[in-house]
Amino acid sequence: MIYIIQNFGKEFLYSDGYHITGLAMTLWLLVISCAIGFCIALPLAILRNARNPLLWGPVWLYTFVIRGTPLYVQLLIVYTGFYSLDFVRDHVVLADFFKQGLNCTLLAFGLNTGAYTTEIFAGAIRETSFGEVDAAKSLGMSRFTMYRRIIIPSALRRALPVYSNEVILMLHATTLAFTATVPDILKVANDAYSATYNPFASFSTAALIYLCISFVLIFGFRKAEQHFLAFLKP
Amino acid sequence: MLDLAGYGPQIFAGTVTTVELSLLSLAVSFLLGLLGASAKLSKNRIISGAATVYTTIIRGVPDLVLMLLIFYSLQIWINDATDYLDNIQNSIDFEVSLDPFTSGVITLGFIYGAYFTETFRGAFLAVPRGQLEAARSFGMRPMLVFRRILFPQMMRYALPGLANNWQVILKATALVSLIGLTDVIKAAQNAGEGTFRTFYFMSVAGLVYLFLTTISNGVLLLLERKYAVGVRKAVM
Repeated sequence: MIYIIQNFGKEFLYSDGYHITGLAMTLWLLVISCAIGFCIALPLAILRNARNPLLWGPVWLYTFVIRGTPLYVQLLIVYTGFYSLDFVRDHVVLADFFKQGLNCTLLAFGLNTGAYTTEIFAGAIRETSFGEVDAAKSLGMSRFTMYRRIIIPSALRRALPVYSNEVILMLHATTLAFTATVPDILKVANDAYSATYNPFASFSTAALIYLCISFVLIFGFRKAEQHFLAFLKP
Repeated sequence: MLDLAGYGPQIFAGTVTTVELSLLSLAVSFLLGLLGASAKLSKNRIISGAATVYTTIIRGVPDLVLMLLIFYSLQIWINDATDYLDNIQNSIDFEVSLDPFTSGVITLGFIYGAYFTETFRGAFLAVPRGQLEAARSFGMRPMLVFRRILFPQMMRYALPGLANNWQVILKATALVSLIGLTDVIKAAQNAGEGTFRTFYFMSVAGLVYLFLTTISNGVLLLLERKYAVGVRKAVM
């Protein structure tokens, strides 16, 4: 264990001097995929609650397909699948994009967490109390203003506890990136294992780092909940 | 309809493996969850503390890391144990080797047991205390109280969480192909590599999973209705 920390500690935590690795890469994956997911989810959550089936239908299909299949399959489709298609390989920009493991991972992760986040936000929007909406209407707000000032801020606050869960699950899901040759914490652990044949020490070091990130995230979200949901306190 | 280029049987066999793996893991984690929840609600602080450590660590660490950790370490530990037995008793020389399927069941069961523990803990607490006290005052033994009173009532509260966990387990079996199990994903990968149509075959694997999750959703809905018998719902 000490040998592994001495020899691989640097790679686990930040960099081996040339590339960012380990912790930095895992956090980068987490932040970017959650950002992509958030940007997808906000408009889709509003569409998901629309009355027109042509609007909510496609969004429902998207979340149904993504939430019904494992992330690993989605990653394989994006990473190995798209590049096997002729038109992708012949297209310069697309071929360049799908050749990079990191791009594929971020795309797959973003789309995946986007679907879950859409359902979380859509649920929160659906639960908005009609009093708030009535009050907004009686003040003569337009639909857009009503969403911007009343519904979205209130829904996002109420979605926070469930959303924090989704972010933790996303942290756990980033481990799959190592199957697409992205050098995250698990990839470093796997390298340490191949070099030392000591699986317990290698993988439990990675497990400890992930545990610490989880605890920091949980702590941060608890603070955020205390701040943003203070008005719900008894 | 679907052109599987002769890989149909392999993909079907892989699907069967996936279903078997998820059902067995469900059984293991269900039992572990019941045990864990009882331990967590136990009055003995050492037992409840141990259960809390179990759920906190398992739920804080990614399942893939745990899977690789357990899969590679378990084999070494078993080898060490059998070697030790060889040394003290020279007569027997035996080996136990873990295949990916068994270790998949063990790891998935162990990991999701922690999630089931939390689900069952909440459900145990939702059953009114008076029910249990009444059962005990009838002279029922703890096992009988559990079987006749606690379990049927707590299942109703546990089912939504259980349904969720089942979906997660079903999707988590995809990871077991990473430690060498020929499940539906591995079969689809092989087919894709053999025919140079990776996209097509991976989509087939995705469809298989979509089919499985949709079916199990239906079954769980039926179960939910069964355990909710006797609960009056407001008619609006």
